[in-house]
Amino acid sequence: MRSDPTEYQLVAPGTLQAVVSLLAAEPGAWLPIAGGTDVMVQYAAGRLPARKLVSIWNLPELRRVEVSPGEIHIGAGCTYTDLREHQIVRDEFPLLACAAGWTGGIANQNRGTLGGNIVNASPAADSLPALLAYDAELILVSARGQRRLAYRDFHTDYKKTKLAADELIQGICLPRQFAGYLAYTRKVGARNAQAISKVCVAGLGRAPGGVVEDVRIALGSVAPVPLRLAETERLLKGKRIDPPLLALAKKTAVAEIRPIDDIRSTAKYRAGVAGNLVEEFLVKLGAGERAT
Amino acid sequence: MQNDRVVGVSVPRKEGRDKVTGQAQYVDDMTLPGMFYGAAVRSQIPRGQIRKITFGPGIAWDEFVIVSAKDIPGKNCIALIADDQPCLAHEAVNHPEEPILLLAHSDRHLLPKAVAAVSIEYEPLPTVFTVEESEGQSEIIWGTDNTFKTYLMEKGDVDGVWEKADYIVEGEYRTGAQEQLYIENNGMVAAFDPQTGVTVWGSLQCPYYVHKALMALCNLPADKVRVVQMETGGAFGGKEEYPSMIAAHAVLLAIKSGRPVKIIYDRMEDMAATTKRHPSRTRHRTAVSKDGKILGGEIEFTIDGGAYTTLSPVVLSRGTIHAGGAYYWPCVRVSAKAVATNAPPHGAFRGFGAPQSLFALERHMDRIAQVVGLSPVEIRRRNFLKPGQTTTTEQIVRDPIDLNRLLDRALELSDYPAKRELFAKQNSAGPSRKGMGIAAFLHGAGFTGSGERNLSSVVGVEGCADGRVRVLVSSTEFGQGTKTVLCQIAAETLGLPYDDVEIAQADTNQVPNSGPTVASRTVMVVGKLVQSAALGIRQTLAGAGLLGESYSPEEFRAACWKQVSARGPFLSWARYEAPSDVFWDDEKYRGEAYAAFAWAVYVAEVTVDLTTYSASVDDFVALQEVGKVLHPVLARGQIAGGIAQGIGYTLYEKVVWQNGRMENGQMTNYTMPTSSDLPPIRVFFEELGNAHGAFGAKGIGELPMDGPAPAIVNAVEDALKVRFDSIPLLPEDIFEALTSVKGARVREPQPVGGVR
Amino acid sequence: MTESVERGVPSKLSLMELSFTVNGERRTVRVYPMARLLDTLRQQLGLTGAKEGCGEGECGSCSVLMDGALVNSCLVPILQAKDANIVTIEGLAADGKLDNLQEAFLQCGGAQCGICTPGMILAASHLLHKKPEPTLEEIREGLSGNLCRCTGYTQIFEAVAEAARRRSIATP
Repeated sequence: MRSDPTEYQLVAPGTLQAVVSLLAAEPGAWLPIAGGTDVMVQYAAGRLPARKLVSIWNLPELRRVEVSPGEIHIGAGCTYTDLREHQIVRDEFPLLACAAGWTGGIANQNRGTLGGNIVNASPAADSLPALLAYDAELILVSARGQRRLAYRDFHTDYKKTKLAADELIQGICLPRQFAGYLAYTRKVGARNAQAISKVCVAGLGRAPGGVVEDVRIALGSVAPVPLRLAETERLLKGKRIDPPLLALAKKTAVAEIRPIDDIRSTAKYRAGVAGNLVEEFLVKLGAGERAT
Repeated sequence: MQNDRVVGVSVPRKEGRDKVTGQAQYVDDMTLPGMFYGAAVRSQIPRGQIRKITFGPGIAWDEFVIVSAKDIPGKNCIALIADDQPCLAHEAVNHPEEPILLLAHSDRHLLPKAVAAVSIEYEPLPTVFTVEESEGQSEIIWGTDNTFKTYLMEKGDVDGVWEKADYIVEGEYRTGAQEQLYIENNGMVAAFDPQTGVTVWGSLQCPYYVHKALMALCNLPADKVRVVQMETGGAFGGKEEYPSMIAAHAVLLAIKSGRPVKIIYDRMEDMAATTKRHPSRTRHRTAVSKDGKILGGEIEFTIDGGAYTTLSPVVLSRGTIHAGGAYYWPCVRVSAKAVATNAPPHGAFRGFGAPQSLFALERHMDRIAQVVGLSPVEIRRRNFLKPGQTTTTEQIVRDPIDLNRLLDRALELSDYPAKRELFAKQNSAGPSRKGMGIAAFLHGAGFTGSGERNLSSVVGVEGCADGRVRVLVSSTEFGQGTKTVLCQIAAETLGLPYDDVEIAQADTNQVPNSGPTVASRTVMVVGKLVQSAALGIRQTLAGAGLLGESYSPEEFRAACWKQVSARGPFLSWARYEAPSDVFWDDEKYRGEAYAAFAWAVYVAEVTVDLTTYSASVDDFVALQEVGKVLHPVLARGQIAGGIAQGIGYTLYEKVVWQNGRMENGQMTNYTMPTSSDLPPIRVFFEELGNAHGAFGAKGIGELPMDGPAPAIVNAVEDALKVRFDSIPLLPEDIFEALTSVKGARVREPQPVGGVR
Repeated sequence: MTESVERGVPSKLSLMELSFTVNGERRTVRVYPMARLLDTLRQQLGLTGAKEGCGEGECGSCSVLMDGALVNSCLVPILQAKDANIVTIEGLAADGKLDNLQEAFLQCGGAQCGICTPGMILAASHLLHKKPEPTLEEIREGLSGNLCRCTGYTQIFEAVAEAARRRSIATP
């Protein structure tokens, strides 16, 4: 444990309103901490720059799920366990429920939050490709009010986001429009559990009769930010999935990503596997499979 | 007593209740009044001269205890084999993380900042990071030739064998470093009193190694140094020699401050600074007849020892002796060396050189099979050692071991022939490939050659007034069941209930030196001494007329009470005596290398996923002959645990080096297998007895480490028809091999092979 | 825990009083809010069953139950445990009688060196609470956040299955 607790302030105002007021009073001075599964690791390693933290753990305004006919609003304070156990998330957003089950072990799933995963903004985060595939929208809240932002636009560069210094993510909205879609997701890590992903794919598609009506392909760990493969999707839209298209789609996908060599893996491996996973998804889509 | 009343039964673990209730006391669970906390300031460079040390601003340095090499009362070294490893670097450093200064403070939270505030200026020196660089000797970093130790082991006339060969098969095999990754990090508490001397409590395997090291460091006599083992959360060799270093540090701070001092490493420090398994390179050149018999060969075995000698000569020794494995070599030359690099010294890890040389051999056997056109099964059958034949050290195999039958049984248990045929058919298409692989091997238990004689271990058994019996050994418990099995042995020998026997804490003030808890010797060698000492108790009581030929536990208790009342403390001692017909030549490395060998055949079934290039083990059969199983649950647990570590060694655990430093020193980046990664590990035993072991037992602690790596890589090659000769074998490596432009090293199809 | 001393450190903080329930008992501690739950349990309350194996939430040897949920106590700042209901390994054996899981671990060889055992047993307890009759796959997944270096997990799985069996016999 390489940090000195006497040097850190942690306050827990208890309501979203109070937290937001604090952030407004001193923008950028207070680091929100929810389940702590990222922040506390940095803290123990002596690598946490912040000295003032505000707890948003278990705030009732953030840790709830609201279901309406057209969309589901997941509070940013929902833990991975909350997501895994919520019926609508399991039934209608399996990419997200699956990703929640991949993150850490049970203990970390009981504490890690969806909002935390988003704000921590690691390109390797497990749930982010799913959010991209589902065209998530974020509700950001501050003393200045609320705003809605397409999640697609949230990450600007490696660990940089559009979150303002006085803002919090209040919730994540997912449109309930994916009935009948094939949902495919696969994470490749160093081992089967508790692994930071080397490559992660979230795929969603509808291809009646093998012709692509809608397709979404999102990847993690292959670029500074989680990525939707816009080019590849454009290429596939409206076409029949056949071997030549598969080959071209795979090639295009690999060209769209920018993986690196790092302590966990190599750029070449990531590119190779990413291409294989995209291909695996598209083969299933073309074959008319439903859920995986 | 042969009636398996206590021995052979899975009695409750002696310290089990404390472990499942959280009462067991590990070193970080203890505090002493007025205790300070200590930390080391370590080198940030791999090699250089220390020029200047500056204590930076922002720290109340007057509150800290500061220790440097100058404060060492005795010799600035960690005494082990050679005395080349400093306790604290003085003028030069030879590896990253080498300790230079020690700090202590009452508030453990102030230490990391203080450590970071010490800035050290160095004059860097050229570095050596690989075995090739080291043996090339363009830069000498140790001694005159970078070489800690060499062995030349020769049997028969190797030079004459080449012209008789129908095939000459060559191969080069490599293994990487492996971190022991005990879940409890290294830790020590030390206290010093000018009257009574130094006491340390710690997580450790060998109290008397620490004792010896502290005597030299502090210039204190034996009775002024006391070492006490606390409950130890895993060791696997990683706490064989390293604890002497951390104990030395805690002691120096305790002496200087006059206060007890606790040093507990966090995971990052433990991974970066402490020992790992020696990386190795083995080159085989084998003369083979056209019917697949080994005529002879040369084996060059090289290990990377890191910056200082530590235990490298002994690791080298075991690797050398095991290099020929379970086969008959009419002649062989093994040239072995341990060389220096600028990395933290490598050290003991379960298997201790044998996993390295056996990986090479068992991979090489599959290669020989391919060249000759035989199956992996058949090549082994044709070369297995038989009773009466000699090993590579010319030790006669006296066990009535039938390795062919052992192999038959392993093949049947794993369904090997049917599965291989099935996989051969299925592998032509689909997103994955499956394969099966075999490893057949032996493992020598106890210290090599004259080692046990030199150790001259002593064991005590005490008859207490209340009739309970106490076992006194320096052998330590760290999960493998030492306490349980030694108590079983004493209870069985004396005809007492298991609950009437206890074992003293491993405290050098209380127990004699029964040798280190290493080399798979505890049950076999120390257990046999416990048996002798227990018999001594019986004999004394019988001799005093207090006990008849047969007796009840009540009668025993009464007898003990009478003995103690009449004569005071009642102890029986046993000292190791080497069998008179056993000889070992330390110069030529020839003779009876080990008192007993355990024999094994392991079979691995793997799947390689062609989408992700990951190999995983689906089923693992481990069949071994172990003399006698003294405690079925413990024995099974040892084998399963060792195999899990072996699977990690092969497929999951890679130490990423950067300029001599482990870069991935966090559990998130050094990935040992989780419960979701391991297959069912199916363990089976055979028992042929052992004249030299307690109740016929052989040592088994390290055996399971030798088989998994070659069995798995043999299976991966079977699945992919691509050769891999180095571990760890990661998906990235499989990816490179399958997709590289140069083309993978594809091998010829070979017979599927079967059971005789 | 030392009182904060004037050291020229920019923000000076003071200890706070915080109450929570541990193993059924209400406890009050004086802590800095960012002290870890793990350290508070071990050092302030003397409950040393929870261990620090990694400090990064990877090994699970610090696992405790917080409001019924398994958590890694090395990742919980003590302030977030205010008024929480904590159960540690010390709270499992009621009146000295071992819990089914503890018995099963002893019988099946689920504990070797014992350092992962407190966390492992709590993780198993948490699993059995949610899934009283888990399949082998569910046991694997439920324990995947608790690393064991000694056993290779086989006998741990057997212990959990045995405990489940005993529990189902005991509760009709």
